[in-house]
Formats: sequence, structure tokens, C-alpha cells
Amino acid sequence: MQFRTDRQRATGLGAAKEGVGHWWNQRVTAVALAVLVLLFIWPLGSALGEDYDEVLETYRNPFNAIVAILMFATAFYHLKLGLQVVIEDYVHGKAMRTALLLANTLLCAFFGIAGVFAVVKIALGA
Amino acid sequence: MADVNRGNRPLSPFMIGQVYRPQITSVLSIIHRITGVAMAASGALIVWWFIAAATGEDYFEFADGLLTSWIGTLVMLASLWALWYHFCNGLRHLWWDLGRGFELDQVTRSGMVTLVASAVLTVFTVIVVM
Repeated sequence: MQFRTDRQRATGLGAAKEGVGHWWNQRVTAVALAVLVLLFIWPLGSALGEDYDEVLETYRNPFNAIVAILMFATAFYHLKLGLQVVIEDYVHGKAMRTALLLANTLLCAFFGIAGVFAVVKIALGA
Repeated sequence: MADVNRGNRPLSPFMIGQVYRPQITSVLSIIHRITGVAMAASGALIVWWFIAAATGEDYFEFADGLLTSWIGTLVMLASLWALWYHFCNGLRHLWWDLGRGFELDQVTRSGMVTLVASAVLTVFTVIVVM
């Protein structure tokens, strides 16, 4: 017996069965990244090519560290959503598409978490 | 699906140039995608640089040396432009999401602004961080 009405099961969901969740999350992360990019790029650009100690010092600064952590977490989630759409658009073989979608999810999670871990380790004293 | 010709029709962006005349809107749109995909590599490189810094001085010198070599500098410079382009065009997309700026002269103008602004921001960033 179905306890939920047809209307209730359909509300908020489109043909893809996830509603506008993907689209909305891409926009939310885009708005966050618009700010984060502006805060992330300057210390990073200055630190690139600097001495080891100066780089560590840059990211021991709590503000720079927090921005970098938010940047990695948000950017790699945004990247995962974007690459997913590209794969869905252009790769049509079922096996290849599934493999690429899986690789995309896992690799974006890997790089995002690895980046966050690296910044945390530097910030707390590598 | 009612569409029986699914596999045979030209698909964007592969129709641009062959079936469909390139326009600033379509070209900027595909560049948004290309810069997005390309920055996957940039992001991985930057994360690698951070992991190197978190690992130790020797490994950091190796990673930092690679990213600041002439080819690394070229890759970082291209990544920087890709970032600013995706940033500017992303703001353009968010503006569209608000339902604004859809008139033909508006999308052309905002497209030109995106191109110029991404170049200016790239040069400005290089000057500031050098």
C-alpha cells in the first residue's frame, strides 16, 4: 500500500528524480566561490615561488588558512558538479559514462579533502 | 521519449562552425566549459603544491620548482586567465539566473566585458603578486 500520494512523490522532483538540487548547489557554490576566489588568489599568488618558511607562515595565518580550506571544499564540489554535467553531455556509452562519473566523484572528493588536510596540517604546524 | 532522432542530430558544441555560425554567445559559452574542465588540472596542481608544503622542505622545493619553472609559469598563467574568465562569465551566468540581461545587445556587451575584464584581471594579478 502506498501511503504517499502521487502529488507528494512528484513535488520538487523533475525527470532526473533529484529536482533542481544539482542546479541549485552549483549556484550556491558559485556565489561562495565568487567571494572566495578574491580572498584566495592574492596570498596564493604571492606565496608561489616563495621560500618554504614564508609559504608555511602565509598559511599559518588563520584567515588565509580558513579561506584556503573553504576554497578547496567549495571549489572541488563545484568542479564535481560541473564535470558531471560535461560527462553526462558528451559520454554516451553506459559503462564508460558510469566509470567516468564514478572517477569524477571520487577524484574530486580526494583532491578536495587532500587540499583541506594539507592546509590544516600547515596551519597547525607542519 | 517522443524524440526518435536522438542519435542523429548535431549536438552543441560540435555543431558550432559546421552547422551553426559561431557567435560571441556560443563561443564564450564553450570557453566557460573548457576553462572549467581545464581548471581541474590547475586545482590538482595547486593541491599537490600544498601537500608538498605540508610534507617537508625538500618535497616542497621540488613541487614549487616545477610550478615556477618556465613551463609551470606558463601553466599557472593560463590557469589564472581561465580562473578570471570563469569568474567573470560565472557572474554573467548568475546575472542571467536573476532573469536579467537577456536582450541580444546586452549579452553581446556583457560578453565583450567578460573578455576584456578577464584579460585585465589576469595582468593586474600578475603585477600585484610578482
